[in-house]
Amino acid sequence: MEPTLFRGRRERKLGQNLAVRLEGITKRFGDQKAVDNVSLDIRDGEFFSLLGPSGCGKTTLLRMIAGFDTPDEGRVIIGGKDMTEVPPYLRPVNTVFQNYALFPHMTVEQNIAFGLRMKKMPRDEIARRVQWALELINLPGYEKRRTDQMSGGQRQRIALARALVNEPEVLLLDEPLSALDLKLRQELRVDLMNLQERLGITFIFVTHDQEEALVMSDRIAVMNKGRIEQLGPTEEIYELPKTAFVAKFIGDSNLIPAQALEPRKVRTALGEFVLDEEDALTPGQEVLLSIRPEKIRLFRDKPNLPNVFRARIDDIIYTGSENQYVLLADGQRLMCETLNQDIQEPGHEEFTYDEEVWVALTPEKLVVIEGGVEGSNPYA
Amino acid sequence: MKRLLSIHAWLVFAFLYLPIAVIVALSFNQSRFGVRFTGFTFDWYVRLFSNERILEYLTNTLIVAVVSTVVSTVLGTLLAVGLVRHRFRWQNALRYLLYVPVVVPDVVMGISLLLLFDVVRDAIGWPRLSLFTIILAHISFQIAYVTLVVRARLMLLDPSLEEAAKDLGATPWLTFREVTLPLIMPGVVSGALLAFSLSLDDFVVTFFTAGPGSTTLPLYIYSSVKLGVSPEIHALSTLMVGITILVLLLGTLFWRKRA
Amino acid sequence: MREAATPWERLRQMLITVGPGALWLGLFVLIPTLIMLVASLMSRGSLGQLVPPFGLHNYLRFFSDPLFLEIIGRSLWIGLWSTVFIMLLGYPLAFYIAQSRHKEVLLLLVVIPFFTNFLIRVYAWIVIFQKEGLLNGLITAFGLPPAELLPSTLAVYVATVYTYLPFFVLPLYAAVERIDWSQLEAAYDLGARPIRAFWEAIFPQTVPGLFEGFLLVFIPAVGTFVIADLLGGGKVTLIGNLIQLQFGSAQNWAFGSAASMVLMAMVLLGLWLYARTQGEKGLDKLV
Ligand SMILES: Nc1ncnc2c1ncn2[C@@H]1O[C@H](COP(=O)(O)OP(=O)(O)O)[C@@H](O)[C@H]1O
Ligand SMILES: [Mg+2]
Repeated sequence: MEPTLFRGRRERKLGQNLAVRLEGITKRFGDQKAVDNVSLDIRDGEFFSLLGPSGCGKTTLLRMIAGFDTPDEGRVIIGGKDMTEVPPYLRPVNTVFQNYALFPHMTVEQNIAFGLRMKKMPRDEIARRVQWALELINLPGYEKRRTDQMSGGQRQRIALARALVNEPEVLLLDEPLSALDLKLRQELRVDLMNLQERLGITFIFVTHDQEEALVMSDRIAVMNKGRIEQLGPTEEIYELPKTAFVAKFIGDSNLIPAQALEPRKVRTALGEFVLDEEDALTPGQEVLLSIRPEKIRLFRDKPNLPNVFRARIDDIIYTGSENQYVLLADGQRLMCETLNQDIQEPGHEEFTYDEEVWVALTPEKLVVIEGGVEGSNPYA
Repeated sequence: MKRLLSIHAWLVFAFLYLPIAVIVALSFNQSRFGVRFTGFTFDWYVRLFSNERILEYLTNTLIVAVVSTVVSTVLGTLLAVGLVRHRFRWQNALRYLLYVPVVVPDVVMGISLLLLFDVVRDAIGWPRLSLFTIILAHISFQIAYVTLVVRARLMLLDPSLEEAAKDLGATPWLTFREVTLPLIMPGVVSGALLAFSLSLDDFVVTFFTAGPGSTTLPLYIYSSVKLGVSPEIHALSTLMVGITILVLLLGTLFWRKRA
Repeated sequence: MREAATPWERLRQMLITVGPGALWLGLFVLIPTLIMLVASLMSRGSLGQLVPPFGLHNYLRFFSDPLFLEIIGRSLWIGLWSTVFIMLLGYPLAFYIAQSRHKEVLLLLVVIPFFTNFLIRVYAWIVIFQKEGLLNGLITAFGLPPAELLPSTLAVYVATVYTYLPFFVLPLYAAVERIDWSQLEAAYDLGARPIRAFWEAIFPQTVPGLFEGFLLVFIPAVGTFVIADLLGGGKVTLIGNLIQLQFGSAQNWAFGSAASMVLMAMVLLGLWLYARTQGEKGLDKLV
């Protein structure tokens, strides 16, 4: 089967071959498992993100793919070959470091040429490729500059060029945008995506910024405490979180504890709710219901919909483009977001403090998370 | 690779400590000559302490070190403040002059001061070579070290702190006393400690500027060594090494506590 | 003190702060140097005192006599090789300390000899090298005849290396501490093998520290007279010994001053070259 993914509404065709395969990777630092039994496959040409809070083991995992560390258990297979013990200088992989790690004693040109020089490429060929790389990152004419005189964004791009000029099979990027300010970050996101698409190189992108991962990736692996919580296409990660951690870490989620009464009916503190056809629970089972704030609908008059209950508006947060309502129903708080638009129609009305409203949870938008409440706080 | 590095390191440490260990061992050795260990004794220490001249040399050394450190710390700190806070003609010349005592070999420093004292004495019959001239000489190189250390500290200081003090109505003198000085105090203290240990350690400059009756410990050690190895010197050296280690350990613990 | 009220006030403050120190440096550093310069142009009186006529004769004598040129050459030679040995010993040591978990303790182990009295450190080598000393004790224990190790050039080398090793390790350690090790990984990542990666990514970062350490060791090693005096007694004459001799038993202050000027000129030349490559910041770091 040809895997087809969507990213920003564009259909993307990925290669058939595996670029990287990790098999049961574990890495310990003392007693602590920084990476715990991680297995995953990354396809040729994929933009793959490792997403998770800081300290969850993303860098450690990336370093084992690059070859700076060797796993205590498991295998790293790159381009079909077992490279678990292969030193970094023999791997067809290059890295963009978090702090860029540009050589301060070399010019931009010398930095970019470094990898080619190590390969003993002829001089004129090196010069040609360096030019190509400089144009790729939109910095032609900067050859002789010293890297310490350049801005963060420029340094980031040089680090990218220094890696890409070697035509690696896989490019590893460790939070390459995190040191930059918001505006620049947003610009470079788009640049990076286009570049990846154009060159067709597999990207493994590490980030703790869920928005970044959502915008850029074909697939995302969400990590927590050294383990992969969920791995899947970007939309699936957002729309169908499998664990409470993922639901909370990616975007915002309301989590409601529930107990199954029937395969598609649960009881919660807020009342009895019906679920989507796809869900099938065993009666008595304890689950969590997750719903995104923007998927909650509010009404002044009681709507004729399933899963309706009363709530009071406890707080309103105005963010410009959105109104965020903090709802209080039976002692439970729920977050609800509505777009700040001018039309006033049922489900898009504006409310005021302390107003009593009707809340409707659409069955298809209620995601059932099995496996209880453990790890529901991504920052714990 | 790591192994090689560590073997190398421990060999170098052995090299660094072998001579010190030998001296310490010999200071407890009964035999007067040679390095064969013939038995344990405190004799040399007893002899050392009954040697009244040594007490005098120690006093001389300490007088020189204390007086010169006090003067050079005051002058050096002021000079550093002036150099950082004011712009004036000859400033660059002064800065280069500051490096001279640091970089010029101490023989040159010693003989140039000897020449100075000689020329002045020929002219006005004063000063005789004595503890006084040693102190003048020591201050002359200490002042450079103190200034450079304090200046480094001053340059790290946020100027807006002094501006804030003035904004709150402090006069320049009060600003200096209440804000600048407390903030550069760590630099002043390190400068003073450096100056003190330089004075204690100095042999060469002292050698050229000392006169009769102004023997310091380093001068005494030098002349005894020239006369031949003596176990009393072993005992004296051991004590001095012990004090060095003690001071450094206390200093390290002190700094670590503060950090 | 940044913007005093009036120019007079500012001048007063400047005189209070800079005045005493500047005066001291002028009186006890600048003037003695000038006196030394004048003295080097004078002649030796019958009692060794400085007398006219003035002239360049001391310098002419210095540079025309192979004996003195040899002394200069020997000083530079011994200074240079001692520095090379110190670098060979100290460079890996700085790395070992920087990557150790017990940095502070190891650093203290370097600092203790550094602060131990200079004469004691030199003296210890007499104890080791003398006829009845430790080394000969070892040699004779193997049934070999005792060696004449003192005075000798070997002893001068060993003691010079020993004395100035900490002066080199400390600034180099400071440079190694600041190294950004991710650059080593970056070099590996770009295909450099370990030795190449070290040479291209790490070594250049230690070059300023290396220069600094070199100067801190080389200048005093060239200028010393105590080590050669005690361990090379009579056999090894360096320029420092020459100067001391002229002011001591030889009683030729004029010629001694000229030799001092030569030594000082060499040092200043070295510093000038250093400042050219490292900038003035480099000079500040020397302290
Ligand atoms: N060299 C190391 N020694 C000891 N612990 C480490 C080391 N590197 C990482 N760790 C630990 O492993 C865990 C994961 O770290 P890391 O992979 O850097 O996380 P992330 O990149 O996701 O922020 C952290 O708890 C960190 O403290
Ligand atoms: Mg990280």
